[in-house]
Amino acid sequence: MTDLTSLTIAEAREGLASKSFTASELTDAHLAAIEAARVLNAYVLETPDRAREMAKAADAKIAKGEGGPLAGIPLGIKDLFATRDIRTTACSKILGNFIPPYESTVTSQLWRDGAVLLGKLNNDEFAMGSSNETSCFGPVTNPWRREGSNTTLVPGGSSGGSASAVAALLCMGATATDTGGSIRQPAAFTATVGIKPTYGRCSRWGIVAFASSLDQAGPIARTTRDAAILMRSMAGHDPKDTTSVDIAVPDYEAAVGKSVKGMKIGIPKEYRLDGMPAEIEKLWSEGAAWLKAAGADLVEVSLPHTKYALPAYYIVAPAEASSNLARYDGVRYGLRDPGKNIIEMYENTRADGFGDEVRRRVLIGTYVLSAGYYDAYYLRAQKVRTLIKKDFEDCFAKGVNAILTPATPSAAFGIGEKGGADPVEMYLNDIFTVTVNMAGLPGIAVPAGKDTQGLPLGLQLIGRPFDEETLFSLGEVIEQAAGRFTAPKWW
Amino acid sequence: MSVDATTVRRIAHLARIAVSDAEVPHLQGELNAMLAFVEQLSEVNIDGVEPMTSVTPMEMKKRVDVVNDGEIADIIVRNAPDTVNDFFLVPKVVE
Repeated sequence: MTDLTSLTIAEAREGLASKSFTASELTDAHLAAIEAARVLNAYVLETPDRAREMAKAADAKIAKGEGGPLAGIPLGIKDLFATRDIRTTACSKILGNFIPPYESTVTSQLWRDGAVLLGKLNNDEFAMGSSNETSCFGPVTNPWRREGSNTTLVPGGSSGGSASAVAALLCMGATATDTGGSIRQPAAFTATVGIKPTYGRCSRWGIVAFASSLDQAGPIARTTRDAAILMRSMAGHDPKDTTSVDIAVPDYEAAVGKSVKGMKIGIPKEYRLDGMPAEIEKLWSEGAAWLKAAGADLVEVSLPHTKYALPAYYIVAPAEASSNLARYDGVRYGLRDPGKNIIEMYENTRADGFGDEVRRRVLIGTYVLSAGYYDAYYLRAQKVRTLIKKDFEDCFAKGVNAILTPATPSAAFGIGEKGGADPVEMYLNDIFTVTVNMAGLPGIAVPAGKDTQGLPLGLQLIGRPFDEETLFSLGEVIEQAAGRFTAPKWW
Repeated sequence: MSVDATTVRRIAHLARIAVSDAEVPHLQGELNAMLAFVEQLSEVNIDGVEPMTSVTPMEMKKRVDVVNDGEIADIIVRNAPDTVNDFFLVPKVVE
């Protein structure tokens, strides 16, 4: 029998239906793989008992012909999603041993459809980071290495555990969240497929909040088809999230393999940065050529406010974070450090519980919202955000179906290599992805090639609001042309 | 714009995060690096531009104002660091 962990979700679904193997066997194979890959630090909590129980239940349902669309598919869950009776920490010391008495809407839909929980995945603390180095559980290792080198590389972030686990065959797919690039950047660094849906497509209820006007959940998987399969279960209206949109969830999988003939694809000239590595430039033109060969029309487009997206993001996101993270006060849950009075108790608890990056963002967010600075920073950033969104609207109004860009300005880098002296160095990782969050649009990252050192690189496709289907169709074209990339196993 | 040491201490207090004197210069440098980075927004012409309030144009949904949950005090306090009889315990706040 082939190694069950190397199957795609679509292949496993077939194997389960034809009784080639059971859900319990599929789950056991993954639990063994997880145990053998602890060096990657992708999981912060393994839940083997729960996994076996859920797999057994899936087998019983499949036997009765009642298996749901994800029956018996073992998944990893980013530790930002609240899981009932299972420790959820956002990889922050301040949440301590928090055991949610409730389940996030997105994960509850995955279990409704028969999926199996393997465990909770590592991420940057409160999803603040682009390398998974800010986690209180320590950094995650990328299964990819440079050719002929043993240097440990980051998997990107914040969904670094999700990307690493999917790439290293430690789950068939994973949940992730994206506030400025946290699904797409790690997907690009690990040769996996990651999609950030339109803002409002997936419920945010039960997901630890970072920046509420930007946060959106989405899947990371090994193929475009698998991402589409997971998206269908994750998406949908939820009355418990006022920003969740009441629009029917399409069959995303049906869009995979659909012709892209006649589609108009925009190539934004502002994404051609000074000093952009030649291999990124080459990858981008190759991607454009593949789409053209599939019948799409390529047009140059202009998104004039692109360069302002990242600075505006670093006002809006910390401002919202400083407000969202005010709830961690040592009273209702999580860590508490004593103090002479209640203020000192708050201050000691938060100083001890938040890591450096989170503290930095809470402080900058507090500053830009403070009296006298609100108009100069926050209000101005929100106006710039309106302009960024308008750039995209103008582009789509001219008949553009989707926009093709590189996913990241470079391939994966080494642990400790970036952001040590200047935090902005790390922030520049999200330069191609952050515009999409600012405009609330859907964006998908698909593996498209390798750099000269043998590391994976990804391309990004940006779509019209609620048109994830087009992204799946285009993503599949790139996947078919570029092929799939698997990290050689060394762990 | 940039922040001085006094402002760093004031922000930290507003954010309810204890900061030691030794940490102030380092934090000041990092915050000023971020402020220098966002400074480029001042070159954007924002005359007559509405600030974004909702990225997806939609009317705020309102639920019916009825009680649909409750009687779960024990579940609510379950994760608290210090409780007594389903109450959260905090240091004395009223003299």
